[in-house]
Amino acid sequence: MSGDIRNVIVIGSGPSGYTAAVYAARANLNPLVIEGAQSGGALMTTTEVENFPGFPDGVMGPDLMDDLRKQAERFGAEFITDDATAVDLTGDVKTVSVGDTTYRARAVVVATGSAWKPLGVPGEQEYLGHGVSSCATCDGFFFRGQKIVVVGGGDSAMEEANFLTRFADDVTILHRRGEFRASKIMADRALANPKINVRWNSAVEEVLGEDGKVSGVRLSDTRTGEESTLDATGVFVAIGHHPRSELFRGQLDLDDNGYVLVDSPSSRTNVPGVFAAGDVVDHTYQQAITAAGTGCVAALDAERYLEGLSDDEEPLGAVWGPTSDEALKASAAEVGAPTTH
Amino acid sequence: MASNAKAVTDQSWTAEVLQSDKPVLVDFWAEWCGPCRKVAPVLDEIAASELGEKVQIVKLNIDENPNTARDYGIMSIPTLTVFKGGQAVQSVLGVQPKGTIVKMIESAL
Repeated sequence: MSGDIRNVIVIGSGPSGYTAAVYAARANLNPLVIEGAQSGGALMTTTEVENFPGFPDGVMGPDLMDDLRKQAERFGAEFITDDATAVDLTGDVKTVSVGDTTYRARAVVVATGSAWKPLGVPGEQEYLGHGVSSCATCDGFFFRGQKIVVVGGGDSAMEEANFLTRFADDVTILHRRGEFRASKIMADRALANPKINVRWNSAVEEVLGEDGKVSGVRLSDTRTGEESTLDATGVFVAIGHHPRSELFRGQLDLDDNGYVLVDSPSSRTNVPGVFAAGDVVDHTYQQAITAAGTGCVAALDAERYLEGLSDDEEPLGAVWGPTSDEALKASAAEVGAPTTH
Repeated sequence: MASNAKAVTDQSWTAEVLQSDKPVLVDFWAEWCGPCRKVAPVLDEIAASELGEKVQIVKLNIDENPNTARDYGIMSIPTLTVFKGGQAVQSVLGVQPKGTIVKMIESAL
């Protein structure tokens, strides 16, 4: 059965997973990338990315992800565009299942990123897709000429609010605090936009609806507790993300908020051979470039780990210096078909 | 980037979806929708599978066909809806794993 054990499986895509795949693929580790159904990560729902180095005119988030994926593919990465459903990371050989199919590898890179965080108030789930949205670039179009609220105070909320003024003339940002935590450039842009109003110190208590659609929000003042309602047909929720680490709970050490703990500045988790990178680890920076950076670290850590194993076993796929046909064949032999059970 | 599925329009909607003999899965999409790109290859896979024999998969560009999208209250894309005998019977919002889409179709058949 050892013939079908891979060197490395990357779980997750986005800047982190794809960068890990590029590095692992270039090291001849033939990575298998379990991209997730929502492959490409958070950048798939953004428009222009202005702060990724090397793109002086900006780059569209989905285009950047397509290119990164192609780059990994060029060096031999393989992809499965579906969600990993189970993992067993404990042994020397780790398993990752996608439905009924199980893949095995000696090293795993966890780069599952983070998921949209709902408000958790009454009415939100009920009207999801009927006025409540997690994605301005997906749904903004449907709110042409309507009154929209954006909930949040970070860069995502600023970006969504600015984007939505393409369609709506009246966008109100609702924020719990008296100041934004967004970067200055993003906050200034929103504050200077004549179509955007801000309601400070306002918490959403309920999403109100009529005839199966959103009609407004009930608010409370976070200082006085005073309640009010605001009419709106669109509620865009951008209060942040939480790490997608449920699959690893009980196997990897997580912090109180569910982020995977690593032996920083390396990407090593508490389980030998398992490395983690990107937004599933990082609760502080959460940028495309930092995710890409740690994805690179994880691939290099995995490569080093595999080399360590190969010191006392047969050689693995990592090939340094001039590559010979024999070495390439040896690494190809490590890549096998998935096992189905 | 859209799936290889047949495009339906406001004009062809009644004939191709509502009056279809077979159940129809409609992919409501638009060019500018990043996540919609992710649904397309999954639908192509389903169309090529055994399940693809039992359901007709089509796509409707909501930009070019606003009337149908409005009639069905589409306010978020991608939305995948199965129509059977002229009625919408099952629907999922957003990018979903292939397994979820397959289950949704099977439960609607």
